[in-house]
Amino acid sequence: MNMTEQGKQDYKLRVSEVCPQTNLLSGCAKAFLVGGSICVLGQGLLNFYQNMGLDMQTASTWVSVTLIFFSAITTGLGWYDNLGKFAGAGSIIPITGFANGVVASAIEFKKEGFILGLGSKLFTIAGPVILYGLITSSLVGVIYYLVTMLGG
Amino acid sequence: MQLFHAFWVGGLICTIGQILLQRTKLTPARIVVIFVVAGAILGGLGWYQQLIDFAGAGATVPLTGFGYSLSHGVMQEIETAGAIGILTGGLKATAGGIAAAVLFGFIGAVLFQPKLK
Repeated sequence: MNMTEQGKQDYKLRVSEVCPQTNLLSGCAKAFLVGGSICVLGQGLLNFYQNMGLDMQTASTWVSVTLIFFSAITTGLGWYDNLGKFAGAGSIIPITGFANGVVASAIEFKKEGFILGLGSKLFTIAGPVILYGLITSSLVGVIYYLVTMLGG
Repeated sequence: MQLFHAFWVGGLICTIGQILLQRTKLTPARIVVIFVVAGAILGGLGWYQQLIDFAGAGATVPLTGFGYSLSHGVMQEIETAGAIGILTGGLKATAGGIAAAVLFGFIGAVLFQPKLK
């Protein structure tokens, strides 16, 4: 059965009526506040590690490890998902969101076994992030190598 | 002051993600990948370093910072080890975060039970 033009219009109208209209402004404000706060926590940790005498790169790695640790615990307790419902991208974009994706899929699929359940589903989020990150950085590296070779 | 810059820059990066989430049909997983790729490109151009100098963790904690680390590590390794750095530099620079996510992910999955929906 072909849908008429009028039918399509009606359908769109119906969908927009039934779907909740999420307010962009309030969504962005929440994402800004929560995302910013997670970064402030990161900055506090960064200052702490640098005060211990670590260089910027090592201190940054420690910050990532610490935030990932917190995220793993709060994900396991179910708190991070509640934060996610409130904050949207504010909880997805920071490194804690990455860790949340890794831990949540590992927990979710452990019932399917330790090898093909937990073992492979752990990489549901980590896999694409590492894959496309590596492809991009390798391309950057090739260009950088050629430029420094030709230029220097 | 660094705390303040970390807050508004980090918040702003997350807000870009929120706009993509609400105004496009992109799934969270795709947005995350886009952020990492964007960070790697900006890192390669040398722009992201300037943002980190300004905002500290406000730039390193969002996933764009992960992308930056990959590219930055590659370029650093090319300087010291030559062409093999194209392959080794990225994972070297991000090894701590990846290993932590994998290990804590495993431990978390062993300790905690899935929530009933």
